[in-house]
Amino acid sequence: MACTTESGLTEIDPQVKISIRNVFKIFGERPEKALALLKAGKTKAEIHASTGCSIGVNNASFDIRAGEIFVIMGLSGSGKSTMLRLLNRLIEPTFGTIEMDGRDVTRMPRRELIALRRHEVSMVFQSFALLPNRTVLGNAAFGLEVAGVGEAEHLRRAHAALKAVGLEAYGDSRTDELSGGMKQRVGLARALASEPSVLLMDEAFSALDPLIRTEMQDELMRLQAEHSRTIVFVSHDLDEAMRIGDRICIMQNGQVVQVGTPDEIVLKPASDYVRSFFRNVDVSQIFRAGDVARKTQVTIIERQGVSAAAALERMQHFDRDIAIILGRDKTYHGVVSRTSLIEAAGNGAGDPYRSAFLTDIEPIRASESLSSVLGRVASSAWPVPVVDDDNHYLGSISKSALLETLDRTA
Amino acid sequence: MTFDIGDGVDSAVNYILDNFAPLLDAIALAIGTVTNGIQGVLLATPFLLGLALFVLLSLWRVGIGFAVFTGLSLWLVDHMSLWSAMMETLSLVIASTLVAMLIGLPLGIAMARSNRVAAIVRPVLDLMQTMPAFVYLIPAAMFFGLGAVPGTIATVIFSMPPVVRLTNLGIRQVHVEFVEAGNAFGCTAAQLLFKVQLPNAIPSIMAGVNQTIMLSLSMVVIASMIGAGGIGNTVLTGIQRLDVGTGFEGGIAVVILAVILDRITQSLGKERAGIWRTLLRGAAQPQATPAAAA
Ligand SMILES: Nc1ncnc2c1ncn2[C@@H]1O[C@H](COP(=O)(O)OP(=O)(O)OP(=O)(O)O)[C@@H](O)[C@H]1O
Ligand SMILES: [Mg+2]
Repeated sequence: MACTTESGLTEIDPQVKISIRNVFKIFGERPEKALALLKAGKTKAEIHASTGCSIGVNNASFDIRAGEIFVIMGLSGSGKSTMLRLLNRLIEPTFGTIEMDGRDVTRMPRRELIALRRHEVSMVFQSFALLPNRTVLGNAAFGLEVAGVGEAEHLRRAHAALKAVGLEAYGDSRTDELSGGMKQRVGLARALASEPSVLLMDEAFSALDPLIRTEMQDELMRLQAEHSRTIVFVSHDLDEAMRIGDRICIMQNGQVVQVGTPDEIVLKPASDYVRSFFRNVDVSQIFRAGDVARKTQVTIIERQGVSAAAALERMQHFDRDIAIILGRDKTYHGVVSRTSLIEAAGNGAGDPYRSAFLTDIEPIRASESLSSVLGRVASSAWPVPVVDDDNHYLGSISKSALLETLDRTA
Repeated sequence: MTFDIGDGVDSAVNYILDNFAPLLDAIALAIGTVTNGIQGVLLATPFLLGLALFVLLSLWRVGIGFAVFTGLSLWLVDHMSLWSAMMETLSLVIASTLVAMLIGLPLGIAMARSNRVAAIVRPVLDLMQTMPAFVYLIPAAMFFGLGAVPGTIATVIFSMPPVVRLTNLGIRQVHVEFVEAGNAFGCTAAQLLFKVQLPNAIPSIMAGVNQTIMLSLSMVVIASMIGAGGIGNTVLTGIQRLDVGTGFEGGIAVVILAVILDRITQSLGKERAGIWRTLLRGAAQPQATPAAAA
């Protein structure tokens, strides 16, 4: 199984929030028999035919880190929802262990499990699952009420949760009076009201139309920025996964085939199955300028008393038409070309570099998405330099490098 | 060779009579208290007050048109001198419905929570519903003699199945995501039942209660054969004397009671009529219709 996990770790990594080890979920009467067949290499269909069992999750092992948005992706039936529900034991695992903060969830007594669900892990559902017999406020307060928080206190906290998602004015409304996006905000408020450290979201935005969906993704990112939680987000949409995921786990037929950052998954897909996900994806949305910048240009450190001749000499040596001028601390100063250097030297200007800077080149910030800088790179005569937020030079993007990147997925 | 089931049942009944007399007495006392209490209140209510209550209830739950119907038809019943007979029948219906719910709701809940309980109870309910109604009169009369108590008991047995079935169905039909949400937020089994399953099963349960009321009304009329009293007596007298007029009057009174009970109890499982809701909400909250999200 091609699975990039840190399963070799022995000591507890403080960064790890949830650790999933060799977890299986087999639906049906004879899981042992199905497991034996599974280990003998039989397929899901064969096992279903001979035992009547269906395989939900097949030997999953991976870690979810504290504070990250961890996206589980895969085709329909690949076991995403099952995997998610194993984490709070809405579905009982057949084999394996799931540890949350070092406690084994799979062997927790019922009472402890209920406490875990009340205080630490909450959930947002694809079809909202708001209770129709309750008002918006009543829904937001549901978890707290169930947990036995006193009335005044649970109403206050539910109201605060509604406020966090911008719905404080709708507390008395009935849920069927709300639009889809507003309903899911209530779903979010209900989940956030108990201030859980883990949020499980099963295709939470899939039922929303694309504009509202993006808006909700932004909302989630905003809430995450305000108060960092561990979010496990199931999605079948790569764009969504790339947009919000710190790391992505790709599932196929119940198996975890790859876990990695969005870049890792795009750059080093573990299989054709993984590759098939982003065949049609617009990589310019995924990559940032910093991902594509290459240090292939000549760089020259600006020092007191250096002459243009030294620079011209280096450019000649590397057969380049331009050079990037940097400060001693690698901050970006400007770009010069052979022509501009020669001209400036001929005019006898005091500073041989500064007066030779090309005026038609503006550096690009590393955090800008590739799609937003496409035009600038394409229309520039020279490779365009990329800098970070502190103006340090990171590299340049040339037209050919850009084309190569865009071509990767074609 | 004939195999006589009837003899077996006879001896079983005798055995119960001989050995469980105190239990039977306790049941009779409990049901008798309920039935007599309700009957006492209803019979003590003067016609005009009763009429006003029914009309108001019809207006609130159903609408103005139905309130007019209720008023006119009850006036007709009084005109036929059947008001107190109708109140007697109504009290039997209420008593037996209460007892049927008291037993039927927990039974329906138990069925919903356990497939094994459901598998055992379901054929019993089938049997209760397919037996001819008259059959219940005989053991009821044997155990409890004649009067309102055996009438109520026979009625409970005959009318209980719908409330059991529809409670079970209603709970089982609650959307799985609601149940998942309940569990995901840490509900105990009891919290899940009372905060998620029962509130969402109310329409189905009320449909069951409505059917139970209708069945018990039909049974209460039959139960007049063992002295349960009420409009059934009028019908019975009509049959015994071959007096079509009297029988017909009794029949009309039963139909009127049936229609009123049906419409009012049907409305209980639903939202209050639209206009009332709007008025109430409008008064409580001026900006009732939410604008787009900020
Ligand atoms: N309650 C169940 N009983 C039997 N099999 C089940 C059950 N729930 C899920 N499965 C099986 O487990 C597998 C994974 O299902 P799961 O719902 O986790 O997929 P998914 O990735 O969430 O799919 P989707 O994108 O359609 O929601 C499927 O083959 C499904 O048939
Ligand atoms: Mg799913």
